[in-house]
Amino acid sequence: MSTIEKPTYKVIGTRPVRHDGADKVTGVAKYGADVSLTGLIQAAMLRSPHAHALIKSIDTTAAEALPGVRAVVTSADMPEQGDRYVDLGEGGAIMSHLSSNVLAREKVLYKGHAVAAVAADSIHIAREAVKLIKVRYEPLPAVLDVREAMRDEAPVLNDDVRTQMLGAADPDAGENKPTNVAKKFLFEKGDLEQGFAEADVVVEREFTTATVHQGYIEPHNATAQWHADGKVTIWTSTQGAFTVRQQTAELLMIPASDVKVIPMEIGGGFGGKIAVYLQPVATLLSRKSGKPVKLVMDRAAVFEATGPTPGTYIRAKIGATKEGKITAGEAYLAYEAGAYPGSPISCGCMCIFGCYDIPHARVEGYDVCVNKPRTNAYRAPGSTNAAFAAETIVDEICCQLNFDAAEFRLKNAAQEGTRRVDGPVFSRIGMYETVAAIQASDHYQSPLEGSHRGRGIASGFWFNAGLRSAVTALLNLDGTVSLIEGSTDIGGTRTSLAMQLAETLGISAERVKPTVADTDGVGWNDVTGGSRVTFATGIAVVEAAKDIQRQLLQRAATLWSCDREAVHYEDGKIVGPDQNVITFAELAGKMLQTGGAIVGQGVCSDVAQSGAFGTHCVDVEVDPETGKVQILRYTIAQDAGTAIHPSYVEGQMQGGVVQGIGWALNEEYWYDDQGEMRNSTFLDYRIPTCYDVPMIETLIVEVPDPNHPYGVRGVGEVPICPPPAAIANAIYQAIGVRMQHLPMSPPRVMAAILKLSSAGNGEA
Amino acid sequence: MARVFIPPAIRSLTAGLQEVDVSGATVSEIIDQLDQRFPGARSRLCDADGLNPGLIVMVGNSASSLGLLQRVADDEEVHFLPSIGGGV
Repeated sequence: MSTIEKPTYKVIGTRPVRHDGADKVTGVAKYGADVSLTGLIQAAMLRSPHAHALIKSIDTTAAEALPGVRAVVTSADMPEQGDRYVDLGEGGAIMSHLSSNVLAREKVLYKGHAVAAVAADSIHIAREAVKLIKVRYEPLPAVLDVREAMRDEAPVLNDDVRTQMLGAADPDAGENKPTNVAKKFLFEKGDLEQGFAEADVVVEREFTTATVHQGYIEPHNATAQWHADGKVTIWTSTQGAFTVRQQTAELLMIPASDVKVIPMEIGGGFGGKIAVYLQPVATLLSRKSGKPVKLVMDRAAVFEATGPTPGTYIRAKIGATKEGKITAGEAYLAYEAGAYPGSPISCGCMCIFGCYDIPHARVEGYDVCVNKPRTNAYRAPGSTNAAFAAETIVDEICCQLNFDAAEFRLKNAAQEGTRRVDGPVFSRIGMYETVAAIQASDHYQSPLEGSHRGRGIASGFWFNAGLRSAVTALLNLDGTVSLIEGSTDIGGTRTSLAMQLAETLGISAERVKPTVADTDGVGWNDVTGGSRVTFATGIAVVEAAKDIQRQLLQRAATLWSCDREAVHYEDGKIVGPDQNVITFAELAGKMLQTGGAIVGQGVCSDVAQSGAFGTHCVDVEVDPETGKVQILRYTIAQDAGTAIHPSYVEGQMQGGVVQGIGWALNEEYWYDDQGEMRNSTFLDYRIPTCYDVPMIETLIVEVPDPNHPYGVRGVGEVPICPPPAAIANAIYQAIGVRMQHLPMSPPRVMAAILKLSSAGNGEA
Repeated sequence: MARVFIPPAIRSLTAGLQEVDVSGATVSEIIDQLDQRFPGARSRLCDADGLNPGLIVMVGNSASSLGLLQRVADDEEVHFLPSIGGGV
């Protein structure tokens, strides 16, 4: 479905075989764990058994004495960071927190917190040596719940944390003492009191969501080789080689240009492979041992010591008139940051009412430290939690007003010109169109029959980022182009970028050879995140293609002894006076005779995306005997702007939905009273499999983003936002119970059913 | 003049005003003007190195990494917002 008549493209919108496909399916592609170097040794980490404890002493003597051990490091090997705050590209970090998360200093703040590392001739020796490290802890009480952590009497994790607003001390925070409440956010629009006074129906509910992991299949890994000249090379799985270089350099206080990061293929990231965990440690071990060192996490470490999405508490309230117009919205959100400040609470606040044109609103948010691993980005960070609350309440209002759920959303959809609660105004967006697509879909129009079955819909919003990208395009003598880019390819972006280069130059996608380069091989690129690569790196690619075009025109003018202005580019050909025509490939073959190499360059900086929206429809069946929820049918409509490679767009949409289904129905960190995660394996932490989901039906909506030359809109994140709410709304239709806590696992649904049958209360 | 949207956190300085029109060719000049009219505004938005950590400025619809150096055209909107993202 396209909202405008699309230009005629030759490459965009087709489905060529992905450029990295053959290597991936034949096992040739190299991942971080595949790295093998002469003299390579292996490393293992010692991790905290406590959720919260003082480190009184660390004795590594016995470990160092074990034959085969080459190096042992602790936080004593890491430079003191003081109170430095460093901008690391996509957001910044308090360096002392980042450093302490890599190797704990005075305290451990979560079970699994890294304390020391050993490099040895084999992984077995390293693991034995880890057991010989003696750490004397003084256990402290732990706090694992966001609301508990906000209480005055809660154990405080970080002595240096004070509540901040707008990046500075909150003048209303009262006494200057350490707190777990690291940040407070407030957004207001209009007159809230007036807005609720105008409403005929007001619904207010409380919600909680669990800590959830991205669940990427490939564990974190890093191999480092310290060179005799004081430089280091790091091979790693990351969403951003440049941020790894910068974080490692800042943590170890060495020049960034001395750190070369070679990004390996990535086995999933979803936001969780941006922060460094192992890279600085492997570097220290290599420097100390004089050998290249490989460090790979096991699954338990991935769960317990990397960055999941936060557990949250949200209280939200929406008012609407009986004509179905939203008049006001209010929300209070508290997100668990984990051990150190930095949850995506600001994003949650800015997204919670993003789908709608709400005249009066107030949103208040809190970033709260708890004794869990420091949270990290996960697909549209903070927005899924917020959408669960807002979209469940919207559904309840629809029920109370007897309004069709799609019709209500169409009536209130944010559109071009709508002012967000946080201030800015939307440019051209496709929220309305995604709802319309669902409303018109075969799924929504088909009756749903059978007992204990229900249908729900929900929408979601994510900003999408622009940030900064740079590419280089090298013309080859055979008329192909080598595209050198620095954006980790997570979702097929080698091909989506190559296709934009090909479209601009008028050649086929197969004539472009994309390569993801290391940090010495291409200009600065921000992380692959924020659904930004096909958009922002795409803009850089189009610029590089135009740069090549300009140079080819000059070469043709030289060839034909005419003015440059007399030559023009036309569909892969260069056309000059006197009916002179030469193809792109022919002129490439004359490159060396007409002036030497042709190198195109493209840079994109701070071009804003105009926002991504999706609307989902799901049918479920609830087993009243067990509480198990089965997904019967699922359709997603999403605005992709212009779908460069529709298969990859569909793949992102389907992948996001499946992760959202896992978040909705099964996934949660299960902690015991001591703060120990008890389900840190994929056997017990249950992500969806092919047995849990039907084929996800996709409806690509195309409302071109005016800020991209081909109208691209990022697609990777927003598909995860609506599933929990859509499923909760479907469960309500199936069994009459409003689910307000994630996950909606069988025990929780069963409890709700029993509560409903015993008390007639429809809340769970 | 640019239209500056005052973050709720510092509306105590503007007597509750949510939007004000301010002249200035750059974000830095806008903040200087704000500070003259509403003393204390600069210290709530900036530190010695520029905008406070975790704070971004949106001019029109674009979040600029130029920060205080970002040029502002007449009639453009200026918003001070938390940085979007997370991950490091």
